[in-house]
Amino acid sequence: MNILVLIKQVPESQATRMDESTGTLVREAANSVINPLDLHALECALILREQSAATVNIDCLSMGPLAAVSVLKEAIALGADQGYLLSDRKFAGSDTWCTAKTLAAAIAKIGSYDLILCGERATDGETGQTGPALAAMLDLPVLTYASAIKRSADAWQVRRMLEDGYETVETTGPAVVCILKEASVPRLPTLAGKRRARAAECRIINAEELGIDPADTGLNASPTRVVSIFRPNHLKQSERLSALDPAGAEQAVDKIIAIFRQKGVL
Amino acid sequence: MNSAHHGIWILAEQSQGRIDSVSYELLARGRVLADKRKHPLTAVILGANLPDSELQQLIARGADRVLHASAAELAIFSPEPYSACLCALIKEEKPEIMLAAATSSGRTVMPYIAGKLRLGLTADCTDLDIEADSGLLLQTRPAAGGNIMATIKTPTERPQMATVRPHSSRPAEPKPGRQGEIRRWEPPAALLGSRVRRVSFEKAPDERGIQDAEVVIAIGRGIKKAENMSLPRKLAELLDAAVGASREAVDRGWVPYPSQVGLSGKTVSPKVYLAAGISGAVQHLAGMQTSDTIIAINTDPEAPIFQYSELAICGDLFTILPLLAEKIEASRKQS
Ligand SMILES: Cc1cc2nc3c(=O)[nH]c(=O)nc-3n(C[C@H](O)[C@H](O)[C@H](O)COP(=O)(O)OP(=O)(O)OC[C@H]3O[C@@H](n4cnc5c(N)ncnc54)[C@H](O)[C@@H]3O)c2cc1C
Ligand SMILES: Nc1ncnc2c1ncn2[C@@H]1O[C@H](COP(=O)(O)O)[C@@H](O)[C@H]1O
Repeated sequence: MNILVLIKQVPESQATRMDESTGTLVREAANSVINPLDLHALECALILREQSAATVNIDCLSMGPLAAVSVLKEAIALGADQGYLLSDRKFAGSDTWCTAKTLAAAIAKIGSYDLILCGERATDGETGQTGPALAAMLDLPVLTYASAIKRSADAWQVRRMLEDGYETVETTGPAVVCILKEASVPRLPTLAGKRRARAAECRIINAEELGIDPADTGLNASPTRVVSIFRPNHLKQSERLSALDPAGAEQAVDKIIAIFRQKGVL
Repeated sequence: MNSAHHGIWILAEQSQGRIDSVSYELLARGRVLADKRKHPLTAVILGANLPDSELQQLIARGADRVLHASAAELAIFSPEPYSACLCALIKEEKPEIMLAAATSSGRTVMPYIAGKLRLGLTADCTDLDIEADSGLLLQTRPAAGGNIMATIKTPTERPQMATVRPHSSRPAEPKPGRQGEIRRWEPPAALLGSRVRRVSFEKAPDERGIQDAEVVIAIGRGIKKAENMSLPRKLAELLDAAVGASREAVDRGWVPYPSQVGLSGKTVSPKVYLAAGISGAVQHLAGMQTSDTIIAINTDPEAPIFQYSELAICGDLFTILPLLAEKIEASRKQS
């Protein structure tokens, strides 16, 4: 059985810089790590392998700058078998449609998978759109918001977290599953794992080798464009009251009650 | 290519045949865009034979048209048949803009459709507008951990697609007597297949969520310890309000996670948001700044939250909150 885990490299800190001219994130600026939810997805894959009687091969796929090899190596240290990195300037600036398209082209090339796992969303873009878009392009079913996954007879059984409760769904063929935090607790790498990762060769694939149409990848092919970025500004003309003494406190409370009455909530 | 596309669509949601209120928030958003574009506003709703009385609700709240895809297989959300039906309708009717709620279903079906039809899609928008000269949809969403807002456009692909953060705007009010057209459509069986089967569903216990409350009493690190939570709880009881919290208060276990307000919690827009002991970090502001009236209580005169509040009270929450409860109780006894 073959499982693929999609791993995105994201900036570690929240203090991301944005390139004001292109509206894209400057990834080199911050220390990069595996997107946290992708660690949970990888852990689900490792557990599925441990629970399976058959041999399970776990591949990881990432699209990003060459430095993203480090997140693939980290995945190998945790137990993944092989890493693939899609890296080319031509991929840069891809929105979620182009990212999914590029990942889909790579999946068609590198292998056939019984299960594709991704994180529910990445901490940088926070769109959560890549998984479902990829599923649509590969014509696979998508199971989003997965809070648990297991193999039951010959089906993938997934518990999905919805607004009003949990639903359990099943599918027999290959599928794309988007993993939530509560699906697993990521393990730490072992010493042996780290050694294996150091020796491992990740496969790096560029645009030419991938054979993707330039009209399908990169900034210029992306349907969406960031046209401006700005700091949120919702400043208001506040009425200021000092309530540090008892008289001030009385006055402040009366004012709050007046607002409650005016808004019809008291 | 673009001129062939016309009309603003919102994807309404239903559960057990009843329209969800998030649909009315989308109608409020869609109405503004439709008026600016001078296009008709269509509410698309998938389900199993919803009655006209229910569909009329969508018209009363701003839809010019309702497009109801009806089949037993559409009774509950399922990505494959939902997306197949919506793709077919999009190809047939060619809308210019399509909005859905950023709910578990909206955030699943919209990117699936975008993937199939090569469309641009912007997630979790908190603001939508029409650009004056170009007529393009301006989609604004928080980015980079809420520190930045980004405005995104889809220059060529149609429809322009966006999911909208629930509770980031108020639901449209019904206007009785408003007229509109209803189209019922029974999709062919070929569109209704799914490779995924629902095995079971466990409903979460119903609790009055902070998103439904008219008043939210929100508490931050200033409350100092769990035992002090009785103060806001008492006040919430008096006002039939919900207790919300900053992430600091949630991380310390003083308030449960479902009550967290902000970027990584919920978005609320109550009539009154009373923030006590909350500094007003951007990530917190992201979840409450659309509230009608914001009142802040903080000991620090420089607290950023004051700049976002109608009423800024520089004071100690341990004085103000009990006094407020006392005065409310006293006024109740008098009347
Ligand atoms: C990616 C990301 C996502 C995040 N998501 C969220 C989110 O969803 N929601 C959220 O809230 N935060 C979120 N945060 C955290 C956010 O940045 C702040 O750390 C948090 O909001 C601060 O909470 P606070 O205001 O309670 O605490 P503090 O910033 O410590 O403020 C406490 C305030 O209480 C005041 N105070 C103290 N004593 C009293 C008293 N006796 N009376 C009155 N006032 C008093 C102090 O003056 C101070 O202003 C997120 C951060 C990141 C990086
Ligand atoms: N560039 C990428 N390389 C590999 N996987 C990705 C990439 N972008 C997104 N993903 C996957 O899609 C998930 C959701 O990301 P996003 O849609 O960006 O929020 C991530 O958790 C990853 O599993």
